Amino acid sequence: MSAATTTATAAAPAPTRSRAWGSGGTARVVAPIVLGVSVVVIWQLVAGSGLVEAYLLPSPAAIGAEIVEFWPSMVSAGGITGLNALVGLVAGSLIGIVAALLASTRRSIDGMLAPIVAALAVIPIVALAPVLNTMFGADSQTGRQLIAALAAFVPVFLNTARGLRQTQPVHRDLMRSYAASNVQIMRTITLRTAAPFTFTGIRLASSLAVISALVAEYFGGPRGGLGSLISTSAATSAYPRAWAYVVAAIILGLAFSLVTSGLERLVSRRR
Amino acid sequence: MTHTATVAPAPRQRSRSAPTRVRGRAWGFGALGLVLLAVLWEAYKLLGPADGLVIGDIRVLPRTSDLAMPHIWETAGRLFEPVTRAEGARVLWLEITIAASLTLGIAAAGWVVGVTVGIVLALAMQRWNLAESAVLPWIILSQTVPLIAFAPVVKSWGSRIEIGAFEWQDWMSVAVIASYLAFFPVAVGALKGFQSPDRLHLELMRSYSVGWWQTMRYLRLPAAVPYLLPALRLAAANAVVGAVVAEVSTGLQGGIGRLVIQYAGQASGDPAKAWAPILGAIALGLIAAGSVALMGALARNYRRTEDAS
Amino acid sequence: MTDAVTVTAVDKVFEAAAGQVVALSGIDLAVEPGEFVSLIGPSGCGKSTLLRLIADLDTPTSGSVEVFGTSAHQARVDQKYGIAFQQAGLLPWRSVAANIALPLELHGSGGAATRERVRELIALVGLDDFGDRYPDELSGGMQQRVAIARALAKKPDLLLMDEPFGALDEMTREYMQTELLRISADTGAAVVFVTHSIPEAVYLSDRVVVMSPRPGRIEAVVPMALGSTASRADDLREDGAFFEMITAVREALHGGAPAPGPRGVDNR
Repeated sequence: MSAATTTATAAAPAPTRSRAWGSGGTARVVAPIVLGVSVVVIWQLVAGSGLVEAYLLPSPAAIGAEIVEFWPSMVSAGGITGLNALVGLVAGSLIGIVAALLASTRRSIDGMLAPIVAALAVIPIVALAPVLNTMFGADSQTGRQLIAALAAFVPVFLNTARGLRQTQPVHRDLMRSYAASNVQIMRTITLRTAAPFTFTGIRLASSLAVISALVAEYFGGPRGGLGSLISTSAATSAYPRAWAYVVAAIILGLAFSLVTSGLERLVSRRR
Repeated sequence: MTHTATVAPAPRQRSRSAPTRVRGRAWGFGALGLVLLAVLWEAYKLLGPADGLVIGDIRVLPRTSDLAMPHIWETAGRLFEPVTRAEGARVLWLEITIAASLTLGIAAAGWVVGVTVGIVLALAMQRWNLAESAVLPWIILSQTVPLIAFAPVVKSWGSRIEIGAFEWQDWMSVAVIASYLAFFPVAVGALKGFQSPDRLHLELMRSYSVGWWQTMRYLRLPAAVPYLLPALRLAAANAVVGAVVAEVSTGLQGGIGRLVIQYAGQASGDPAKAWAPILGAIALGLIAAGSVALMGALARNYRRTEDAS
Repeated sequence: MTDAVTVTAVDKVFEAAAGQVVALSGIDLAVEPGEFVSLIGPSGCGKSTLLRLIADLDTPTSGSVEVFGTSAHQARVDQKYGIAFQQAGLLPWRSVAANIALPLELHGSGGAATRERVRELIALVGLDDFGDRYPDELSGGMQQRVAIARALAKKPDLLLMDEPFGALDEMTREYMQTELLRISADTGAAVVFVTHSIPEAVYLSDRVVVMSPRPGRIEAVVPMALGSTASRADDLREDGAFFEMITAVREALHGGAPAPGPRGVDNR
């Protein structure tokens, strides 16, 4: 495809009018908030009206009350699940980065890893939770951390591998003309090109790690995390409390996403 | 002036699929990787510390006993023995296959619903900017919600639904949850695909004075195929995960999720059996993803823009 | 006879972040049916903008654009013109034949009549045997030929072309120019052709419209004294008159040079 630019006639072409409305800066912030607030209001009205039984659809007010009452428990449970997710995220990311580096240097390693990673990406990793609990002991959090790590490993590996392939041929040629060693090439060009991709992978992995750590708690093991609290609350029909813990899970997931998004942007901006 | 050079160059043939020899190599390497994993497992059992590795309170490496880590050949052999010692009990692998098929069916139903909802949402978001601004953030947020928690609630809601002769079955709750996990990648991927055509193509369509629907049909939909296919594959994998976990949450009989829990509970007496449903779940995921990949093979012409990266 | 294109007192102003940009100012232009007119000028002179106004891909801030006596908008709705861009813009998932058929499919014709028309067009642009190929299997020149065939699909009486040969190498370019002259003579369509290249403008046109920037306006209109476009062939490129015309255009581009006369050129 030719790199010739289309003739630059004027500085900016007129925006097509029909697209502009609804996608401007204010719309992007206001519209989802308006939608969210409306949904909550309708929800409150429906729940309070008696159309639906209270235990089926707890009102936002009831959930709010549970949040206030059980806040300390939410925080401590969030800490347990969050720690599992964090350990899994860090471990999975490190292993993913190392594996991608190895795969980029040796064809044989790439050949062996690629199908395994492709399989890992599509199988229900959480199904391993019970046997991992058996292996590591029913009182250990390690099984859940392993599941979070496996879940995090896949996107970090795939994105890092992709990033390592993005080195432009012209940069490689330049380095070779300087007779740079492989290590130098890796440091000056390859790793810097790959870094933004890796952090994208870490961002994708973060919410996966949280969800996996949480869902793994449904499959047995020590009690106390958000997942086990959600399932016990639901099992005893204390639905408002179950939803309160769900809110805690959402906050936890959001926190992970925000931090990793911030990291991603930090790394990408300097490139 | 000779025009032959410009009139008839050899058309660039791009091989779309790797030739058989390379494909065979890929399978070979994959198998080698699996063998290595098995070797690693047995090597650890042989050489690792009997009680595993405990640092402080945390068990970092598992115990090597046969109860904690059954031998690979024991697990394989167990598949061919009956499930229980009771009379007429089925062979383990058959039991697993039947349960996995049920879960696969439910996951497929959930996938269809999720894909439909996802595409409809993407169409709406492409059509109206306001819809995209308002709804997309919530769609992204929805993926941080462990909707699995609502499994019992979905079940109770469902049991209230009676439209004529239609009765809500238990498996439908599982399918709904599976569809919730499936719709997100499709909504996001389809939207990205619909927005992918470049200005040149959009202006071409404008010069033909066609409306939104025709532009969608002739330009945006075909252009979206390379984005949709990985999204559909991800949706299939998610639907399987959702189905398995929802089965555990709702306690649905007959699916593979139930067997995972059930056999894990019996692991102290029969450790190899606990691994069987996991193999079934793995097979499930692979079949689901493989089916979507097959679909992709049919859409070859629409994928001519895919890069190798 | 109604003019193919009538541009009257057209201004076009863009709102950019740093203020207003006057892309076009006071443009008056008339293109006769069957005439080949080139628009040439440096970057920023508004030639592509003017083409887009004629195509109704943009609207003038003031003034009017008429195509075959109706508004540009109506002309687009009625599909009175065919357009070719600098990049061929073929749909990658459609074969050559399907790409050419696109405008026909979009507006309802189908079946045998369309297939026949596509066959005609493929032959017209010299791409027989390539009908089933896909764009990624074609060279740049061939892709442009498909784009031109597509622009001709509905037998328009007006062709709008925005530097269609800009991305091609020089040899292919010269070949395509000759082909374009042949095609436009065969179809009798009027052509408005935007280009950066003086020899190209001179070779192809009945008149060359020279534009200058800031603000975009028509500097001069140079009629080509080279015989009718239908009778031109490759050997024109080596003719003395060709170089005289090139000089004339070049001097108009450099602003306000007096009418060209023999200036020491070796007249054979």
